[in-house]
Amino acid sequence: MTTPTQPAEQLSTTTLLRFATAGSVDDGKSTLVGRLLHDSKSVLTDQLEAVEDASRKRGQEAPDLALLTDGLRAEREQGITIDVAYRYFATPRRRFILADTPGHVQYTRNMVTGASTAELAVVLVDARNGVVEQTRRHAAVAALLRVPHVVLAVNKMDLVDYAEPVFAAIAKEFTAYAASLGVPEITAIPISALAGDNVVEPSSHMDWYGGPTVLEHLETVPVSHDLTACHARFPVQYVIRPQTPEHRDYRGYAGQIAAGAFRIGEPVTVLPSGRTSTIAGIDLLGNSVDTAWAPQSVTIRLTDDVDVSRGDLIAPSDDAPAVTQDVEATVCHVADRPLTVGQRVLIKHTTRTVKAIVKDIPSRLTLDDLSQHPAPGQLVANDIGRVVVRTAEPLALDAYADSRRTGSFLLIDPADGTTLSAGMAGASFAAVVRAAAPADDEAEWDF
Amino acid sequence: MTTVATVSEGTANPYALSHLDSLESEAVHIFREVAGEFERPVILFSGGKDSILMLHLALKAFAPAPVPFTLLHVDTGHNFPEVLEYRDRTVAEHGLRLHVASVQEYIDAGKLRERPDGTRNPLQTVPLTEAIQQHRFDAVFGGGRRDEEKARAKERVFSLRDEFSQWDPRRQRPELWQLYNGRHAPGEHVRVFPISNWTELDVWQYIEREGIELPQIYFAHEREVFSRSGMWLTAGDWGGPKEHERTETRQVRYRTVGDMSCTGAVDSDATTLDAVITEIAASRLTERGATRADDKMSEAAMEDRKREGYF
Repeated sequence: MTTPTQPAEQLSTTTLLRFATAGSVDDGKSTLVGRLLHDSKSVLTDQLEAVEDASRKRGQEAPDLALLTDGLRAEREQGITIDVAYRYFATPRRRFILADTPGHVQYTRNMVTGASTAELAVVLVDARNGVVEQTRRHAAVAALLRVPHVVLAVNKMDLVDYAEPVFAAIAKEFTAYAASLGVPEITAIPISALAGDNVVEPSSHMDWYGGPTVLEHLETVPVSHDLTACHARFPVQYVIRPQTPEHRDYRGYAGQIAAGAFRIGEPVTVLPSGRTSTIAGIDLLGNSVDTAWAPQSVTIRLTDDVDVSRGDLIAPSDDAPAVTQDVEATVCHVADRPLTVGQRVLIKHTTRTVKAIVKDIPSRLTLDDLSQHPAPGQLVANDIGRVVVRTAEPLALDAYADSRRTGSFLLIDPADGTTLSAGMAGASFAAVVRAAAPADDEAEWDF
Repeated sequence: MTTVATVSEGTANPYALSHLDSLESEAVHIFREVAGEFERPVILFSGGKDSILMLHLALKAFAPAPVPFTLLHVDTGHNFPEVLEYRDRTVAEHGLRLHVASVQEYIDAGKLRERPDGTRNPLQTVPLTEAIQQHRFDAVFGGGRRDEEKARAKERVFSLRDEFSQWDPRRQRPELWQLYNGRHAPGEHVRVFPISNWTELDVWQYIEREGIELPQIYFAHEREVFSRSGMWLTAGDWGGPKEHERTETRQVRYRTVGDMSCTGAVDSDATTLDAVITEIAASRLTERGATRADDKMSEAAMEDRKREGYF
């Protein structure tokens, strides 16, 4: 572990892991997060003093680690967390960005938000209660958002005498459930956040457990994968045309590679126009490179002077997505006002925003048991449902199962810009579940 | 610049990005989104290290073309001369346009009143808000980072402000994937924080990696200082030292650079970036907690000021 006396270790260049937590106050989530920050030496003296002061003022004897993470006054007064908070910590092996999401029923949208950028989700359960409805909801959200790695943290093991059978039964039930939803990788870890067992330091109370602590797992889980297996996608953000004497003819397309890799000399197609060209050069923030890959921000130059602008998508000619004006998707509704059939919206997909209309809301999903409710007519905050949307212009949309970044979109209220819904194109796991999927459907789960 | 850092990725995955490259790519993406979606963006530029970093990232994002934004500095009138000199030199070097909103002018015109403690940071809100209105800026880049303070942990990369620049934590839009929704009504604007996900250490490491020049006051130097509220403050016309406060010469450096009345120096012998980074990594005090009196006012001080339109 990093200690103040070994600073040099933290100065190495490491990788970055974005992860999310899900669980309720009662499961001890704030304590787990506080413990991760505290035991990884990421809480500094003045922060700890502030927590100790606040704990004393409330008449608590020991510093309440949960206070490290409860930021806003309204939350402190009500003892709840009202929104996603982002936290940062580091070990010599890795830098972490944690999307800390509240776990109450009405906060599905917050977990969706946190999970949308996460490569790993930690789902917390209370060892005394086991897998409850809320646990199933959290597993479902992680599956729906295609989070590649899920950790089941079975907390409060100290309250069940650190008994292995209790842990094993919960781990078995959860793993079976999450696997049925298509979660590709599940790791179960028995912990006590309050006592510190298996969060950062290995537990002396659970010799029967031979796996990693939560932090060890976070440090070693792969954050990058073989991008050659992905469809390469480059949404154009901005056209760079200096028009200066030394760069009279420079015309570069700036953007962040959303998936896969691109190479000089590769034949590409620009969507939605369908025009073709070849990659002439790739500028990686000041250096010319032969190859670039997700999530690098680059500037791509083409051999031909084709008409390319913000909102276009550049893809390999032999692997370009279809364009469509009919979007079928699963959405999580995140706004306080409802989404209704016939509503006029804007759809924001990669760098492209177009007008659209909600043609149908065929079903609403109950996360507790994954049952479908046909024709709900509208979706309200925290609802998850299927929608059919007709767009005014074509979109080069991938299935979310194939590409999280080019398969996701927002529905926006044109009146005031409010984000209404978070959308994931193509089939959701719910459709798979309802159809009692044959095993070969698993092939859809490609990250 | 790929790095293989862990045993599990020790198969030398050619696609692994270092944490600095990931953060850099994300920040560049944010700058380009704003350039593509807004009419009149502006970068808040004080000559402090976070704004220097932002300008560096913006220059990279649009090279070989110039940065398509102007700069704005809310000058408290109590800024360190070294920093103002750096500010003006940088602006000239890159052919940028700088707007200055002056707290001193507001005080001289009777529109703002000096506080009894001499601190001017809280007075920046009105000049900032009025400059945004006057120039009709629709996107304002700030160097805020979410690791700085608890209220900032809830800040969004795109943070919607109403026509009074007010921040309502319940009105913030969820940050879904990398889809930043910057739509706003006329008169409203969006504050944008491209380095939201950086920590203090990331900033310093990146500055070192890129060889970015900083004002000298970030490095150890001899300075006349006096102690107030547990901080080393620089003597000056702004209101220090008072009668009972004694100045002494110490070797110090600044971790943050703001208004002289509330930015404290720390004892240090770090004269190089390398030494500064080592010192920070070993430090047990957060950046703002150690050196900024304005955040110490109350547990909810930052939250209240953000609601009023401060960054």
